[in-house]
Amino acid sequence: MIARVTNQKAWFMVLPVILLVAFNAVIPLMTVVNYSVQETFGNNVFFWEGFRWYEEVLNSERFHASMLRQIIFTSIILLIEIPLGIAIAMTMPRKGLGATLCLVLMSLPLLIPWNVVGAMWNIFALPEIGLLGHVVNSMGIDYNFTQQPISAWITIIAMDVWHWTSLVVLLSYAGLSAIPEAFYHAAQIDTATKWQIFRYIQLPKIKHVLTIAILLRFMDSFMIYTEPFVLTGGGPGNSTTFLSTDLVKIALGQFDLGPAAAMSLIYFLIVLLLCWVFYTLMMRNEEQ
Amino acid sequence: MKRLTWIVPTLYIIFLMLPIYWLVNMSFKTTNEILGTFSLWPQNFTFDNYIKIFTDRTWYQGYINSLSYVFMNTVISVTAALPAAYAFSRYKFLGDKHLFFWLLTNRMAPPAVFALPFFQLYSASGLFDTHLAVALAHCLFNIPLAVWILEGFMSGVPRELDETAYVDGYSFWRFFIKIFLPSIAAGIGVAAFFCFMFSWVELLLAKTLTSVDAKPIAATMTRTASTAGYELGLLSAAGTLTIIPGAFVIYFVRNYIAKGFAMGRV
Amino acid sequence: MAEVRLQQIRHSYNPDAGEKTEYALEKIDQVWEDGGAYALLGPSGCGKSTLLNIVSGLLQPTEGKVLFDNNDVTSRTPDQRNIAQIFQFPVVYDTMTVYDNLAFPLRNRKMGNAEIEERVKTVAEMLDLTASLNQRASGLTADGKQKISLGRGLVRSDVNIMMFDEPLTVIDPHLKWQLRTKLKKLHRQVGFTMVYVTHDQTEALTFAEKVAVMYEGEVVQFGTPEELFLKPNHTFVGHFIGSPGMNFLPCELDGGFPVFNGNRIKISAPVSQPETTKKMELGVRPEFVKIDANGFPVNINRIDDVGRYKIVKVENSGHYFNVYVPEELEIPSENMHVSFDPENTHIYCDGWLHDKKESS
Repeated sequence: MIARVTNQKAWFMVLPVILLVAFNAVIPLMTVVNYSVQETFGNNVFFWEGFRWYEEVLNSERFHASMLRQIIFTSIILLIEIPLGIAIAMTMPRKGLGATLCLVLMSLPLLIPWNVVGAMWNIFALPEIGLLGHVVNSMGIDYNFTQQPISAWITIIAMDVWHWTSLVVLLSYAGLSAIPEAFYHAAQIDTATKWQIFRYIQLPKIKHVLTIAILLRFMDSFMIYTEPFVLTGGGPGNSTTFLSTDLVKIALGQFDLGPAAAMSLIYFLIVLLLCWVFYTLMMRNEEQ
Repeated sequence: MKRLTWIVPTLYIIFLMLPIYWLVNMSFKTTNEILGTFSLWPQNFTFDNYIKIFTDRTWYQGYINSLSYVFMNTVISVTAALPAAYAFSRYKFLGDKHLFFWLLTNRMAPPAVFALPFFQLYSASGLFDTHLAVALAHCLFNIPLAVWILEGFMSGVPRELDETAYVDGYSFWRFFIKIFLPSIAAGIGVAAFFCFMFSWVELLLAKTLTSVDAKPIAATMTRTASTAGYELGLLSAAGTLTIIPGAFVIYFVRNYIAKGFAMGRV
Repeated sequence: MAEVRLQQIRHSYNPDAGEKTEYALEKIDQVWEDGGAYALLGPSGCGKSTLLNIVSGLLQPTEGKVLFDNNDVTSRTPDQRNIAQIFQFPVVYDTMTVYDNLAFPLRNRKMGNAEIEERVKTVAEMLDLTASLNQRASGLTADGKQKISLGRGLVRSDVNIMMFDEPLTVIDPHLKWQLRTKLKKLHRQVGFTMVYVTHDQTEALTFAEKVAVMYEGEVVQFGTPEELFLKPNHTFVGHFIGSPGMNFLPCELDGGFPVFNGNRIKISAPVSQPETTKKMELGVRPEFVKIDANGFPVNINRIDDVGRYKIVKVENSGHYFNVYVPEELEIPSENMHVSFDPENTHIYCDGWLHDKKESS
């Protein structure tokens, strides 16, 4: 294929994109940076505060607590969804009506508005009224996600697994489908075991899609807001308040512009940093 | 051992369908019945919840609003992304790699960070509570995604096609619209699908930027949950209805779902 | 190494279609001798890959049997048949080194480490891979990877038959020749029964001792390259082999001799009148068409100068055919006449060679 041609006029072609994204990204970010170093008591009067908000946020117990909960949540999510997604993709039919049916049904959770996901699980898990709540309680287990932190955590994790595992499945499935039959034939002729086939053929071949899946799941779970908020509101107490939930509470609830802005930037930077790390690892893997 | 592997996807699908079934189940019950008895299917089957939604303007308007801005966003995102993706795919220009990376970072922005600034920005621009506001706001993460997907597909089309068209006398835009776009039709479909998906499901920004006129169905639902205090039947019906557009879209692209993930970038 | 027998093989991908069943393989009966080098030659869709997969056990034939040294292996899976197969594009275990790739089948068969090392080193030497033994397999070029695939088949001593399914497809043109020569050398060294599937006649004719030409699910001829060239069994073989292929002209029989457009053509011996024929043709390769003042007239349509020879396309009564003219010979500018070499002119009835002599 002919290599790319240097053409500065290409800037005109990217102009609409730059304008639209910059309008949404640059101006708000500037606003946030602005707020993060100032204090206001209303009436649009601002006082320079320097790094005070940053220090406050970074030292606050509340921030540490949310951060810790966020890290635990994201870790558990990744540990469950990635292997589960791969396992399901491996056991799915490869072609025919069964394959289409599976793909369509599995994609459904991905297209449900996030607040509906939260509401759906809310209704589903309610102790008396919900199917899950009723069944679990009738088995003798005391389960009430509105009152017990552990139950709330389990329910949120179950909800996220329900919601997003399909993404991992779809990506893994695409990766597995791309493996030519000849590899399986050759492995059969080499008398390889199922485990060897997984380890030496399947896993290496889906490395690329898997990295994307892990990156996406990591990012999105780290920024999660709507579903847990609708399900538990961050409670009971603040046992399920993750970073985004906390931030929105401070920003839109309390209108503490300064701390909210500082926290926003810290949050954004953490996400960017972790993504950059992932991205670099991914690229390095590609080169090998 | 091989015979039993179908159990895994089957169990998973059952797991996926359970909450949805429960939601649909509840949508056909009155709130009284829901609170009163526990049953796997409606004892007193009723369409009341659905009727209320279809006849009450505050309700059905929510759907119309949501679908409007989602549609607008998809059109804007894909249209803007097409020439940009082409540029990234075909040309080298000053700062191209950095620009691309900057675009991708926007996909990684936590919406929570932007909630307040967006509120102020769009109020200041006079766009508060319009469909356009949400459509534009969603561009923040949809455009980078669309550019990313389209660039992948476009790179799969050999440059020789472009060259041949020029030699044959096509002007750039005629070539782009009549020849190039059809050759990446699948890519446009995938990009549009993802734009639709992310815009349709997003709540935080959509709620923040609207109040009355452009209120999405998500906002109507959450407002009902808190103020009228648990009209569960109604909520269930509203929720069930939001699943339908998604189901439709999946059905239409069913043949491309796995392929779409596979082609282009992946 | 083993003798491979294919008995009455028929295969359909859709066997339950009853009357309308389409057979990918019609009726295959073949014997491949122990240690021989064979080729399956034919265009896409002729069934050669299907046949290969039946021999390797990746496919179960709808009808018929596969025998290795007179043992019926038809129901056995590939790993039970002790075969080796090299595919169209390289199949290597990317994450392993070249050494581990070659050792893989041996380790699975629980061979001792010392023995494995010996065999791997021997095979690596054969394939010029010794230098890359400790490299990761993913880092090699396409032809290097194909050599690994090849090597995994060669390391095993118990291979009954080694099969190649268009193995040079992804190899760079200038390396193809190298690999081809290497394969032939390997065959002489190792002595496995080898079957090479391709649609490229050069590959087939240079590799194999005997070639099975396949067309629409049947083996239309199984013979040495010479036989295929000089006496094609079927018009398809005539078309497919040789460049350009054999010429075919419609004819009638008169007293056992073909007559083309009123011209009697001499052949080595008169043939009997066939029972019922819809289409009768005479076939003669361009190489055996001579410029001959005593022959019948033709009009020159086109001359292609290929360098050391020319191909002249001529026409008579609306039918076109090619004449191979060596460089030195002059082509008459007008009034060209040609005749056919009697030894190498054949009659074809409905596509098949008809050489039954006149019964006296």
